[in-house]
Amino acid sequence: MFTQFKYWEPYISPFDPCPPMRIKSYSTPPQLYIPFQPKGLPQFKPMEALYRGTLWPALFSPYPDPKKRGDQDE
Amino acid sequence: MWYYEKKLQYPVRVSQCNPMLAKFLIEQYGGADGELAAALRYLNQRYTIPDKVAGLLNDIGTEEFAHLEMIATMVYKLTKDATPEQMKEAGLGAHYADHDKALFFHNAAGAPFTATYFQAKGDPIADIYEDIAAEEKARATYQWLINMSDDPDINDGLKFLREREVVHSLRFREAAEILKEERDKKVFF
Repeated sequence: MFTQFKYWEPYISPFDPCPPMRIKSYSTPPQLYIPFQPKGLPQFKPMEALYRGTLWPALFSPYPDPKKRGDQDE
Repeated sequence: MWYYEKKLQYPVRVSQCNPMLAKFLIEQYGGADGELAAALRYLNQRYTIPDKVAGLLNDIGTEEFAHLEMIATMVYKLTKDATPEQMKEAGLGAHYADHDKALFFHNAAGAPFTATYFQAKGDPIADIYEDIAAEEKARATYQWLINMSDDPDINDGLKFLREREVVHSLRFREAAEILKEERDKKVFF
């Protein structure tokens, strides 16, 4: 199982002018881990697909960072 | 900051008087996939990329400047002793009218260098993938240049540079894998 977001801690200088953002994140969506899309992948029901923004659960990626939005259904 | 070593990364020799080759080589000087675009792209992206791969961008960006010097040396050697008549015959008449023998950052067709040749998207995956593409495009450009050149000494230098593009591409592909790696993933040996 892969993760949709990666986190890293940039260097924080004692002389930074603004309060530091100690943890930065970047997106690693599912397509990065699928070299070829396999045939016959499971699909969402049409209404759920519209809600998720994709037909395939394997390609679902939460809109920006769910931790920042407080989503529960990643 | 940088320290400067007053020597080329790989020796540049030119065995034939062929100013027309300079017109083609300038593609790697001020072209979209040239060494200047590469150096500026990597050295600029390194600030906002995760620290695990920032050092790689620093090292490769620096090396691109060493390649820029090699291309500049080739162009300079090919044109420095050309008469205005020879420049005209080599298709460098327009260049001579604007710059005399001076080098200038434009591509083989004369379009001036622009920062729009590269991107800094801020998304580490997007940036590294652009870098891989840039290396492959530069490798292809070197191949086209080698195809057009029959100067064995120039080709020797171009083949060295072509090989470096291949190695840089591989290093960037490794960086992409590092960025995709799971944090706290168990590593088995």
